[in-house]
Amino acid sequence: MYNGGKIIAGLTIFLGLITFPIYYSVGKANPHPNPSLDTPVINQMKVKHCVESREFMRANHMRLLRGWMKTVLAGKGCVYVSSTGEKYNMSWDTCWNCHSSKKQFCDRCHNYMAVDLPCWKCHSEPNT
Amino acid sequence: MKALLPFLAVVFLVLLVIAGVKAAGLYFVFGVLVPYAAAAVFLLGFVYRVVKWGKTPVPFHIPTTCGQQKSLPWIKPNGIENPSGTGGVVIRMLLEVFLFRSLFKNRKTKMKGEYLTYAWAPWLWLSGMAFHWSFLFIVIRHLRFFFQSVPVPVQAIEHLDSILNWGVPALYITDVIFLAAVTYLFLRRVTLSQVKAITLPADFFPLFLLFGIGASGVLMRYYTRVDVVGVKELVMGLVSLHPAVVSGIGTIFYIHLFLISTLFAYFPWSKLVHAGGVFLSPTRNLSNNSRVVRHVNPWSYPVKVHTYEEYEDDFREKMKMAGVPVERE
Amino acid sequence: MAKEPKKEELLQSISYKAPKTFWMDTPTEIKPGMFCWGAKAKSLNVVGLPNARDWNPTEEDWKLPENWQEILIEGLRERLDKYRSLRLFLDICVRCGACADKCHFYIGTGDPKNMPVVRGELMRSVYRKYFTTPGKVFGKLAGAREMDLQVLKEWWTYFFQCTECRRCSVFCPYGIDHAEITIAGRELLNLLGLNIEWIQGPVSNCYMKGNHLGLEPQTIVSNVEFMVDDIETLTGIRINPTFNRKGAEILFVTPSGDLFADPGTYTCMGYLMLFHELGLDYTWSTYASEGGNFGFFTSNEMAKRLNAKIYAEAKRLGVKWILGGECGHMWRLVHQYMDTWNGPADFLEVPKSPITGTVFENARTTKMTHIIEFTADLMKHGKLKLDPSRNDHLKVTFHDSCNTSRGMGVFEEPRFVLKNICRNFYEMPRETIKEQTFCCGSGSGLNAGEDMELRLRGGLARANAVKYVHDKHDVNMLANICAIDRASLTTSMNYWVPGVTVAGVHELVANALVMKGEKKRETDLRGEPLPSAEEEISVEARAVAQAEGEKLGGEANV
Repeated sequence: MYNGGKIIAGLTIFLGLITFPIYYSVGKANPHPNPSLDTPVINQMKVKHCVESREFMRANHMRLLRGWMKTVLAGKGCVYVSSTGEKYNMSWDTCWNCHSSKKQFCDRCHNYMAVDLPCWKCHSEPNT
Repeated sequence: MKALLPFLAVVFLVLLVIAGVKAAGLYFVFGVLVPYAAAAVFLLGFVYRVVKWGKTPVPFHIPTTCGQQKSLPWIKPNGIENPSGTGGVVIRMLLEVFLFRSLFKNRKTKMKGEYLTYAWAPWLWLSGMAFHWSFLFIVIRHLRFFFQSVPVPVQAIEHLDSILNWGVPALYITDVIFLAAVTYLFLRRVTLSQVKAITLPADFFPLFLLFGIGASGVLMRYYTRVDVVGVKELVMGLVSLHPAVVSGIGTIFYIHLFLISTLFAYFPWSKLVHAGGVFLSPTRNLSNNSRVVRHVNPWSYPVKVHTYEEYEDDFREKMKMAGVPVERE
Repeated sequence: MAKEPKKEELLQSISYKAPKTFWMDTPTEIKPGMFCWGAKAKSLNVVGLPNARDWNPTEEDWKLPENWQEILIEGLRERLDKYRSLRLFLDICVRCGACADKCHFYIGTGDPKNMPVVRGELMRSVYRKYFTTPGKVFGKLAGAREMDLQVLKEWWTYFFQCTECRRCSVFCPYGIDHAEITIAGRELLNLLGLNIEWIQGPVSNCYMKGNHLGLEPQTIVSNVEFMVDDIETLTGIRINPTFNRKGAEILFVTPSGDLFADPGTYTCMGYLMLFHELGLDYTWSTYASEGGNFGFFTSNEMAKRLNAKIYAEAKRLGVKWILGGECGHMWRLVHQYMDTWNGPADFLEVPKSPITGTVFENARTTKMTHIIEFTADLMKHGKLKLDPSRNDHLKVTFHDSCNTSRGMGVFEEPRFVLKNICRNFYEMPRETIKEQTFCCGSGSGLNAGEDMELRLRGGLARANAVKYVHDKHDVNMLANICAIDRASLTTSMNYWVPGVTVAGVHELVANALVMKGEKKRETDLRGEPLPSAEEEISVEARAVAQAEGEKLGGEANV
């Protein structure tokens, strides 16, 4: 190879950079964030369910909450009718009633994904 | 039309994923095998290409000099555009790689009345910069899927990118720039006469692929949504070499992933290798010192020349007549 | 010679709107006025190049060897393995189009195949077909095509419509230099005996007789004698240059064009007068009597074979170092190739001006200094008595030669010299000078007569910038430091910008040079009467004139 030293050095740096996540993570445990559902209210539920399906909530909870906020602020009532026809009060209390710990529930995934929670700029966190 | 086949090719790739994932449920294939294969092809292919260039010698010292040479001590040389040492070359290369300095010089040649004019034409430079930099930011942002605990710089870039705080989830500025730049790069190939004239189908394919990647990403984030925790678990499985199928991730994610895999696998065998090649370009990465330091051609061989002796034999009498000294009377 | 087109017709024929058909589907036409005659058998035979036969490019049958495709593809393979530039430039072009309108041949023809990127694609398409997997599998879809006779004729046509000026490589984001592709393309064509006679003739001349023009030693001596006579008439001073003199301190090498025809001869007179005034211990050589190297437009090997004479002669004569005259491609080769080809020149010393004592560190290994560096150094040290008023009848602009610009970076030296010897200096627009300079249109061996239309078209961009300063500032003198420029720009100016003449910088130096014991000069070197009685120009006045020149030059840059 001609100018081999420089070329190999350059290649090594490039390969090192793009494979860094692999040798950084290989062999390490990959714990699931496991948002905790272990709260008294949830434990008492016969059929465990949220306001919408688990899949929907996982992907869309932020939009649902944003929608609630907008509806309430616009004075368009505060009752949410879910896709199964159940009625919920559009309030944090509805959430906290089951998910009583921000730390054990919200933060698990939000930390895992490094996504900020802008909710608490206005709303106060639950005490428990 | 030259754009049609590459467009259909990308559509075909999308349909392939829909058929494979949604209909046939080949999650392991599309979630694990394809990304691994693409990464392997990319890494090996890229190394292969660079090594192949590396094995080819640089027989002559041919920098393109774009500034004053270093000659007499009282003439100020342009140490960057016409570097006389390694430092200048490094700066020249950095400016080229990070700021596309040569492209910035672009001028549009036109005949205006009697005169040729050279109007400043920054659009190619601007769209090139916009595309590459937004792409880089997007790649860095995606690193949050690649580390169990997300590194601070990645978080910082993510914050910066969503600083407008529009909508939930917040709009990334780079998403807009990326799609706009790719769109512009496509439009110039179908509208500008000169660019149209040089465009090959192989120029459209990566553009459509990139657009598909951007569009599926945008759809996934702002419209259809997927379970990002599931996505991260899949990715972490891949990077920690403990791959596992994660259920409950929407098909749109697999489309995104498959198009990215295609891009990576396609990269080393296409014009996209300019990313590596630019570093090896002998007109840019050599300093203009060929009269100061001897450059050796490794394959140099002796050539047949017409020697002075032969020359004198041809012209001895004429030389003598003209009073030109000769070696042998 | 083909008939010259009318200026208006030529201009009107240029359109930058691409034709409807894709270039790959557009057959190549070999048009009169746009090509040079094929190399003759005898010219090829002198240097032993293959497939020597007389042939005519306009005829269907080019008398190619049976296995010409194989020769070409194998030749390409060999060069891909030898030149990183070639392999890389064939691999990494993204067809962004930045180079498209930077080529003087594209500007002058509007022919898409003269866009540097497409000239590259001519070879790239074949490279893909035979050397890359996507090209083999996807064919035309991947931009690949077979090497057939049509493609070969296309190569021949367009690799001889490139002057290897490297302007494209300035604007390319990867520095792709299409000169490298043209050089390789011409090498490959030469494997089949497909050179042009305008190159091959000078090559064989240079090989046997030492210079392109085929001047034999006695002719060189007598040509110089003629100039010496003219100098005596002009100045009253008799100069006695020496030839092939052993033991001289310096060997002087310049392109043979300077010895042969005006305006080159005036430049040559300038050298003679300058060296005499300095009392320089130098010699001419009749063996190494060519600085230029048309071998470079043939093949790397041919260039090396011709270039070898310079060091060989320096060694034989036992000189200390080499001084090189004004020339474009000669200097690209001296600067970037000579030492690699035929060095190390360890029998020479690092060039040192015997007048100023300046050591030319920038020529430490090659041991060859450009005369413009040498003269600029003299002027900086005030070693020359100059009367710039003798150039007052001239309004001067400077044409940067492609090779000394983009292959060296000689920008300030000639400007410094010019501002010392003339008081009316104007720059052409910034986009047409220095690293962005335009080719004269006739470089790289294309300065023949039969391709006049091509040359005029290629010269348009340069001429148009001259026209700009001619119209705006009455510029009437186009100074340069290149022998091919001197010849070809004269033709180009006569056509595009009548009223502008062309001169080597050292002609103007000699005009201004006040020689010891000279008689009062009535005319300049060309016999044109001098504007007025000589005035003593004070240093201050000169400085003011210089500052004004710079200011005006700045305006022209808008």
